Parts: sequence; structure tokens; C-alpha cells
Amino acid sequence: MLTRLGPSVVNAGDVSSLAPFPSTLEFNPPVHGVWNIVHMGMLIPEAHQIYVCAVNCMRGVVLTAAEMGMRERFSYVVLKEEDITRGTVEQITLEGIADTLRKLPKLPPCVIVFPVCTHHFLGVSMARVYRELERQFPNVDFIRAFMDPIMRKHLSPDVRLRMAMHDPLRPCDPDERLVAVLGSDFSLDEGSDLRRVLDAGGYCLTDIQHCSTYDEYLALARASTFVAVYPNANWGAERTARRLDRRYLYLPSCFDYVEIAAQYACLAEALGLPALDIAAEIATCDKALLAAHNEVGDAPIAIDASAHPRPLGLARLLIEHGFNVTEIYLDAVSPEETTAAEWLHDNAPQVQLSSIVMPDLRVAPRTRDREVLAIGQKAAWFTGTSHFVNIVEGAGLWGFAGIRTMADLMRDAWAHEKDARDLVPRKGLGCPSCF
Amino acid sequence: MNRSNRILPVYTGDVSGACSALFELGGMVVIHDPSGCNSTYNTHDETRWYDHDSLIFITGLTERDAILGNDDKLIRDVVDTARELRPHFIALCNSPIPWINGTDFAAISHLIERQTDIPCFHVKTNGMHDYVVGAGNALAEIARRFVVNKPQVKDTVNILGVTPLDYHQTEASGELKRFCDEQGLTVTSCWAMGSTLDDLARAAEASVNLVVSAAGLAAAKVLRERFGTPYVVGTPYAGGADLSAFRSTLAQALRNASSSGQCAYPCRDARPQDVTGTCFIVCDPVVGGSLAAAQSLSGMAATRVVCPTEAAPELLAPCDIAADGEEEAEAALASATSVTADRFYEAVLPEGATLTPLPHLAFSGRNAL
Repeated sequence: MLTRLGPSVVNAGDVSSLAPFPSTLEFNPPVHGVWNIVHMGMLIPEAHQIYVCAVNCMRGVVLTAAEMGMRERFSYVVLKEEDITRGTVEQITLEGIADTLRKLPKLPPCVIVFPVCTHHFLGVSMARVYRELERQFPNVDFIRAFMDPIMRKHLSPDVRLRMAMHDPLRPCDPDERLVAVLGSDFSLDEGSDLRRVLDAGGYCLTDIQHCSTYDEYLALARASTFVAVYPNANWGAERTARRLDRRYLYLPSCFDYVEIAAQYACLAEALGLPALDIAAEIATCDKALLAAHNEVGDAPIAIDASAHPRPLGLARLLIEHGFNVTEIYLDAVSPEETTAAEWLHDNAPQVQLSSIVMPDLRVAPRTRDREVLAIGQKAAWFTGTSHFVNIVEGAGLWGFAGIRTMADLMRDAWAHEKDARDLVPRKGLGCPSCF
Repeated sequence: MNRSNRILPVYTGDVSGACSALFELGGMVVIHDPSGCNSTYNTHDETRWYDHDSLIFITGLTERDAILGNDDKLIRDVVDTARELRPHFIALCNSPIPWINGTDFAAISHLIERQTDIPCFHVKTNGMHDYVVGAGNALAEIARRFVVNKPQVKDTVNILGVTPLDYHQTEASGELKRFCDEQGLTVTSCWAMGSTLDDLARAAEASVNLVVSAAGLAAAKVLRERFGTPYVVGTPYAGGADLSAFRSTLAQALRNASSSGQCAYPCRDARPQDVTGTCFIVCDPVVGGSLAAAQSLSGMAATRVVCPTEAAPELLAPCDIAADGEEEAEAALASATSVTADRFYEAVLPEGATLTPLPHLAFSGRNAL
């Protein structure tokens, strides 16, 4: 149990807004399993990424590609002081990208371009840059991305990239029996409920992870129904569906039986699927959770938001099944979690919500009186435990099967220690890695 | 054009260089940046981040605060955090957008220092230079602000320019100190690994400074200007290579400088100046020059240094080449038959050239480990 209480730690019973922590200086834990925009861009087969920025901003992305063993799919253009003082950023951006493409041994079918904050602040016309690039390279699809973390009034680079990545998908005749999941970093589990019920209904489920060529990626446009299961994918997937005149369903991964049942009902109605035996599904979930609880007992459990976008919902599910959830690490409460936050406020007010980035956490003790079961890499690091569920971003868990898988992962984590020092500094869990 | 880079990574940036140089000194480094600088630094450029707590933060700058000039928030956040964590000093680093906006870091530092009674200074960075500039400026600021005037003590030395970026091997700083001990020189301070801020504050006692990377030169010049301390540029350590002959040369240069007060650049001068061969070393010019000198003194083929960073030109011999970016590096190595460099350079070597790996954290990051 955490004992610190102050701006960086609050009790669930005291949380009254979606932003429980003040804005101040931030630190960065040495935990790097979550994906960044480089990892995401690499999902498009044969695509090449080009970044245009200053060296200090470049360093992280270029070495992300290098650590993935994918340097040949990544290039960049360096911006220098004189480009800014002389007003030549737009020219350097255009000429640099064009020069980079001419240097490649083979012209890629798709190039993802990442200008940065500087381009916004200097009023660079990226529309002109793309117009000219498309004139010079008519056979290349240029994806308009951004790496502009300063633009916090708008959507994050992550959310916008998940939208932009779908821009090459072109209007075509739909395949009524094809359903595509858009915008997820992880493919849904092979045994996931969504695959199971769609298979049973005669549908084929596909996603970007199943594409090995750029043409296969473009063929995602043939799906008659687009589905998003990851919150950051919702905005872009919904707009892509509207642009291509497709059916769209937002079915976010969650841990709430009622919400999951509603998602099945929505899916069944949209696609004409047979009804699922919800009571039987819930019973198997309860059984899996009971089995996990029999092994974990009252061990303190810490959850972090990098493991799954619904940390509060997961906490509620576990508490309702007798687990001893003590700590939840997050930056803010997701609007999708207001119900879970209210439930914790009323039913588990002692659970402590901790910031992930506030400065005092850099020097806060990272040991606990008892061995902790952590769900997520950051929770593992903050609590100093070697018993942790090593997942990020939901890991493709979905529906009732997702709950059962989570219960199994918890049992396994409690039974088997992991080397956090070795595992959590690695970038992009689940991506190719040199380490 | 030399701005476009097809496959080689970029070297560590100036902000990360400043953080690396100040990491062990008990200060608080604040990067005025929206996001990313801290993550980049601690993921790729800082081998100590997991095991050692160092107070390095970003401000989380937003477009609204940048456009409206909300420096009050920056000052308030730094002051509040410093009052809680009580660092020995506060160092402020810049990034591209506040640099474009002309944020007045000198004034902000002054205000923070007045409100906290903690020394606060600006390290000149803007994210557009490499680590040599950032680390160099950071160590120079330490030399300006914290080193106090004391009588020199005979046969003592400061080692300047030691960070994991150029010396990532865990035994490196110990090896450097051992070399000095063997020469009868007591190490007053090592800038900046394995020494405290108090150790560095005593640097004026040293009779000579040993500059072991380009990042240490700016501090050496400040100490020279303030206290007259001579410096010698060269390293006895380069990843285990046989440098015995050069070690003797370097030791003699230290003794000479200590007695004469004259500075020396054996990494540049203790090797042939008119080399036109096809053997190259690509790395920091002090490390590379020392290795080239050692090879030359050992009777091996004469080697030229390709310097890929913003190191001071005075560190290069006439035969050496400064290469800015991938295109210039590729051109410099076009005739190479033998290259000693980080293994990532393999991608731009001409056909038939052999590569002897010289891992460099400031280039290939964790891939070098």
C-alpha cells in the first residue's frame, strides 16, 4: 500500500474530476513497453517513414526504428538553426524528403511524413509540400502525419496517425462478409470472442496485422464493416468509415459484463448474428476469476493505464471478485471510465490513484511491505515487484474471453517471477526488437 | 543535400548531452519542452536511468503557453518542485519552440534563483545541436559557477568530459582514474562520473586538466581562463585497444603541462599530420585521435579521423575530416579500405571495406551496449 498522499497520490474516494493531478513538471519512468508513432507506422507493409525535425527530437524516433531492426524503412531530414532564421524550413522539408526518396534503393509505395511542432509555429505550408511531392512521385501514397506533442489543444499525434494511416484506403465495392478492425496496435487474440462470433456467423475478420504487402493493406477497404476496439482508434476509424461509406462499430475492450453484453447485442443486430449465451459467458468468467483469486489471495494488486485503457474498470471487476486492488497508476481518468471511477469512489474509496509522471515519484520509494501483483510494466516498476502481467495497450484482449485471459495472466504472473530490470526498458512490447 | 539521411542515425542531441553531463551532480535539470526530450534521453542516451534517481524533468510545454508567453507557469512549477526536492542546483535547458520564441532563460533563471535560494542557470541548448555542444556547455557552466579559487596542489588532475555517451563501458571512468594514479597524479575530480558537485568545486586545486572527449574542452577553457590551469587533450582509454605507447606520450604531456603551464593536444599532434591513406576512425575526435596516435606509435598503418560531431575544429589534425551528416560521412569514407567505427556505419561503407567495431552510445544508443 502506498503511504504517500499529496498532489501525486489521491484516494479514489476523493477523486472528483477527470484530472486528479495538477499540471507541473514531469518525469519519465524507465519503462518503455508502450508503442510510439514509429512502431505504429511500421504496421503498414512496405511503407517508409520520413521525419523532418531537429536532432534532439529526431534521436528517439530514429533509434526506435534501429532497435526494431528496421533502419532501412526509416529516413529523416535534419532542421537546423539557419533554416529557421533564414525562413527556409519549407524548402528544406520539401527538398529533403524528395532527396531522401531519390536515395532509396527502391521507391516505396507509401511514405509516412512526419513534420513537427516547428512546422506549425513557422506556418509552413505542408499542403504545398505534399502537392509538390505528389507531382514528383505520382506513384507514392503520402500519408500526412505529425510529430507535434506541443499541440495539446488538439488530438494527440497518436490519434491523428491512426486516422492518417487509413487515408490510402480508397473507395471500392464492399465485401459484405468481411469485417476489419482498424487502428489497433495488437491483433485481437485468435481465440477472442469477436473472432469466434464472426466466424460462427460466416464473417471473416481481418486487420492490418494480417497484411504482408501494401496491396493487402489497401484491400482492407473492401470490408463492409469497420470496427475499432482501442480508444485512440475511434476518431480515425469512424471518419474512415464515413469517407468510404461503411458500417462502423466502436466496441472498446472493457471489463464490464453489462457493457460487453451490450456490445454483443450491437454487433448481433448490425450483422445479423445469433444471440450469445451471455449468462454462460459470465459464469465462465466468474470461474476464471475465482481460480485466479484462489491463488493470488489478498495480495495487493497495482494496475497501470499503460497495460489497458480501462484500469479503473479492471480494478472494479477485480474488487467485485474479492481481489485486493490497492494502487492504480494513471495520468488522468478517461471519459470512458467515469462509471468505474464513480463506483470506486463509492465502493472502494481507499484505493489509491497515483500519477505516473509527477516529479516526486522520481525519488519515491519503489518497494512495498508485501509482494505486489502488478498489471502493467509501470505498476511493476513503481512497486518494485517481479510478479507482473507484462502487457501494454490492452494486448488484444476483448470481450468475455479477454476477461478470462486476464485472469489467467494474473495467475501466471503470481506463480512466475519476471526480470523487470531486463524487460521493461525495452521499447514497443510485441514489436520486433534487437534486444 | 547533407540534411537528408537515408539510414544512419543522428547523434545524441544537445539537450541529452547536457542531461548526461549533469546526471550525477545532485542538481535538477528542467527541459522546457512539450514531451519527448526526456523519454528520448532516458531511453536511448542514459544507461544510468533505471538504477539511479536523477532529477531530470520536462515542463510539458503546450502551444497555448508557448504562444501566450506563460513563463509564470514554468517558473512556478520549477520553484515548487525545487522547494520540495532541494537540489544542489537548477539547470534549465531549451528546446526548439522556446528558442524560436526567444524565451529569456537568463531572466527566468535569475527569478528562480531569487525565489528558491538555489543556484539556477541556463545551459545553452535548443535541440538543434549535438551532445558535444550540450554537454560542453553544461560542464562549462559548472566550471563558471561552482569552482572556487584555491591554491593549486602539485601532481593533481581533473578528468574532463566523461559521460556514458562517449564512455559507456562501466569500467571506463575507473580506468581513466587508474591511469592518472599510475602517473603519480591524484584525481581531484572527474567531470562528471564518479565525482560529486563538491569534488568538482575543488577543481581549481588541480595542477593540470585531462580532456578525454570533445565535450570536456569548453570546461577546460573556462578553468584555464579562471585559474590558469593548463589542459592536455587525449585519452588513454578507447574500449580496450592497445594504447600503451600513447599512454606514455599522454603521461609525458601531462607532466610537461603541469610544470610549464602550457596546453597540449597529443591526440592531434602525436601522429602524422599529412596522412592520405584509406584507413579511418569515425568517432569523437579526442577518442579517435588518441586511438589513431596509438596505432601510429605502435607502427600500424596511419589513420585519419572522421569527426561526425560539432567538436571544436582545433581537435582535428589537418588530415582529419569533419563530416556533417550521412552524406558527408559517406563521401569521407568513399575510398576507405579499413574503418574503425560504430557498426551502424557498415551501411555506408564502400564495397570491400572492413569494419572494426567501436561501439558509440552517442550514435547507436542501446545498440552499442
